[in-house]
Amino acid sequence: MLNMTPTVLKNLLSKSSTRMYPIEKREPFERYRGELFNNIDECIFCKKCQIKCPSQCITVTKDKESGTGTWICDPFACVYCSICVDACPTQSLYMKPVHRAPSAERDMMEQTGKIKLPKKKAKK
Amino acid sequence: MARTIIPFGPQHPVLPEPLHVKLVVEDEIVLEAIPALGYVHRGLEKLAEIRDYHQMIQVVERVCGICSNIHSMCYCQGIEEIMGIEVPRRAEYLRTAWSELHRMHSHLLWLGLFADAFGFEALFMQFWRIRERIMDINEATTGSRVITSVNIVGGVRQDLTPEMCSWILSELDTAEKEIKEIQNTIMDDYTVCHRTKGVGVLTKEQAYELGAAGPTLRGSGVASDMRLLKYSAFDKIDFEPIVETAGDCWARSTVRFRETLQSVDLVRQALAGMPQGDLAAPCKGNPEGEIITRVEQPRGECLYYIKGSGKKFLDRVRIRTPTFANVPPLLAMLPNCELADVPVIILSIDPCISCTER
Ligand code: SF4
Ligand code: SF4
Repeated sequence: MLNMTPTVLKNLLSKSSTRMYPIEKREPFERYRGELFNNIDECIFCKKCQIKCPSQCITVTKDKESGTGTWICDPFACVYCSICVDACPTQSLYMKPVHRAPSAERDMMEQTGKIKLPKKKAKK
Repeated sequence: MARTIIPFGPQHPVLPEPLHVKLVVEDEIVLEAIPALGYVHRGLEKLAEIRDYHQMIQVVERVCGICSNIHSMCYCQGIEEIMGIEVPRRAEYLRTAWSELHRMHSHLLWLGLFADAFGFEALFMQFWRIRERIMDINEATTGSRVITSVNIVGGVRQDLTPEMCSWILSELDTAEKEIKEIQNTIMDDYTVCHRTKGVGVLTKEQAYELGAAGPTLRGSGVASDMRLLKYSAFDKIDFEPIVETAGDCWARSTVRFRETLQSVDLVRQALAGMPQGDLAAPCKGNPEGEIITRVEQPRGECLYYIKGSGKKFLDRVRIRTPTFANVPPLLAMLPNCELADVPVIILSIDPCISCTER
């Protein structure tokens, strides 16, 4: 144990290397892959994210009659890989560098937006 | 005293993983060990049937938490070789740097657990505190602490900015200083030596014949390291495998300890030699053909067999992880040891059971 004594003494005298967690929080790193969000006004419901997602937790549906589209993600199945963010052609998906808040119920992230007709026309 | 059979595991205070060993014991001396595996089978290989070969990267990353980056690197190398994709040089250097950071945090984690196995709590905390620096580097550069998700077929997804490189180097300097501070404790301390020297000896011949891998093999005096195959950027990086000859638990922990310091040096070399250039080569079409790729993981040699038939889904992904290779040597180490030494010996091969069963 003698070999460890200087280190132990140093640790006793130096400041703590842990944080008082809930009170004191570290700034999140810029690149941290946290909670997933969809800026639904930008989304064109192209289904790219649904096709690429490895855990298959995104469902994109379009309803032609009402002219709306729905983007649904199961946050409990998401593995936070950000593949969908890379795949999205309109950059409407993004990840905030914060942890997802705990939740007592299993809920889906569901967002509804208008299908953008002019863009669709331009594509044709 | 008559013979007794003592079940060890699958849930045991010192074992982080569900390994079950039946120990045949006489007078507290272990005579024989019979392993039982299969508590955590996850069927990851079967997923190749419903996930295309790009999505399989995320699946193989989850084979093991602490070698996630190296698993995906091995898988991507295989696919790239089948499809004849040339990876840009910069991507290869980045992969090398990240894989060495992974090796460092895996070894530091293990060294902590090992100290914990013989009851040295202060040392355990010390190692894990250093590991935290490496985890922070991972989080800041790749976006996640454990599952980095940076490798894609053809290259990498993230880049390192010059500021990040200099920050990594300064963090590594501090980590290296802190690791060296506890060098005497893990290598010369009376308590540590008493619990590890001469315990669980595996001779050079045994290690070779039973097919040990990684630090278990190098701790027995065989200089074998898959990084010598010069995959990724290892062709331009100066490196010698670390070998100890005693073959006991002390030798295996020393190999890991010295490899941690070596990895610091390898990351420095990779960052220094990194050329400018693209991050990923374009990847078109589907893989057709079969391949075997090997890389060196913190625990030893990892082998991937990949077979594709020109479809989006692969025909077969077979993964052989280093723990699988290290189970027969473990069974050769256990006979004639004391019952109290069993946790230390089992931990000395760094068992990762969920990897073995995938
Ligand atoms: S990839 Fe982007 S634009 Fe396309 S459906 Fe998904 S979120 Fe919308
Ligand atoms: S982060 Fe990954 S798992 Fe989550 S929705 Fe996007 S692609 Fe799917």
